[in-house]
Amino acid sequence: MKCRVCRAPAVLDIRRHNAAFCREHFVKHCRDQVRRAIDDHDMISPGERVLVAVSGGKDSLALWDLLVGLGYEADGLYLGLGIDEYSAVSGRAARTFAGERGLRLREVDLALEYGYDVPGAAATTHRSPCGACGLSKRHVFNSVAVEDGYDVVATGHNLDDEAAVLLGNVLRWETGYLGRQHPILPASPGFARKVKPLYRLGERETAAYCVLVGIDYQVEECPMAEGNRHLGYKGALNALEDRSPGAKAAFVFGFVDHAHDRFADEAVAERDDLHPCVVCGSPTTSDVCAFCRLRERVGSRAVHAQ
Amino acid sequence: MKVVLRNPRREVEMPGPLTVAALLEQLHVSPESVLVIQGDTLVTRDARLSDTDVVEIRPVTSGGAE
Repeated sequence: MKCRVCRAPAVLDIRRHNAAFCREHFVKHCRDQVRRAIDDHDMISPGERVLVAVSGGKDSLALWDLLVGLGYEADGLYLGLGIDEYSAVSGRAARTFAGERGLRLREVDLALEYGYDVPGAAATTHRSPCGACGLSKRHVFNSVAVEDGYDVVATGHNLDDEAAVLLGNVLRWETGYLGRQHPILPASPGFARKVKPLYRLGERETAAYCVLVGIDYQVEECPMAEGNRHLGYKGALNALEDRSPGAKAAFVFGFVDHAHDRFADEAVAERDDLHPCVVCGSPTTSDVCAFCRLRERVGSRAVHAQ
Repeated sequence: MKVVLRNPRREVEMPGPLTVAALLEQLHVSPESVLVIQGDTLVTRDARLSDTDVVEIRPVTSGGAE
């Protein structure tokens, strides 16, 4: 295959674009897609401080690299989840990336700061480890951004992530979640703005970007995510994509352009019900927020077990 | 050829020559879910792989967003 732009030998084909690219023009393609996502949704203004949610995986490191390459002032925040060797390798990847580029990586360790880790939370609550992980990440990334004056939190959600979440939300008609599923969530009292600048790039593209620009990322899958519902949705969507290239992009971009607004009122209504958590002050619809309830439950179990 | 697979990491021998597309089909791997790396570079699905090549099939699907 030849590069669509310069006719040099291609390194990656992207079937939904009916195109292949050489290294140079693939990197430009990634930058262009992120630039377009940011501009289309007014995600980040010049001079704003960005906090990148960094896991050490391909998406978050590609995102950080692309944002810095586009000229944004972006620090990283790595959250230690306590998932044994997986977390050790992920943390090393994040630190190496930041160190080699002279970027500021902040770190929060769940066990040290909050007294629990993801495996412990999953075992205690008998809930999905991904649920405890996602809840912890949302809380910590937002808290650090609000407390330390970052204008925006950028996450590495890609096109495949958004398609899988959208499929899950549509299958159950989770109208509140559909109202909040968007490339940008504006800031509101107690919440920093959240943006997903990679939502126009598939995860094959973010992985290829890392390989081609020399980013050493955590390649192994999280052992706690094995068999989860989200991966099942991705498998189903990839089967559709194999038969009909562009299906995932049409699904997500069509939702953003034509359907999201129909559910936006639900998200506004939920936001109007928010008030400060009596424990930590974060916005919640209950007296105590879900994060503090998780901490209390896991912490009390830990004490009981001693 | 030697084919390196991940999650879990393992190696299988496949007879060459083969295109990348044919290799993925024989291994029942969705082209949408992997990168194919030959040496230190990515290869497209029409690339021909010889009997002596070493290739890595690297999954790109990450989960966890529940």
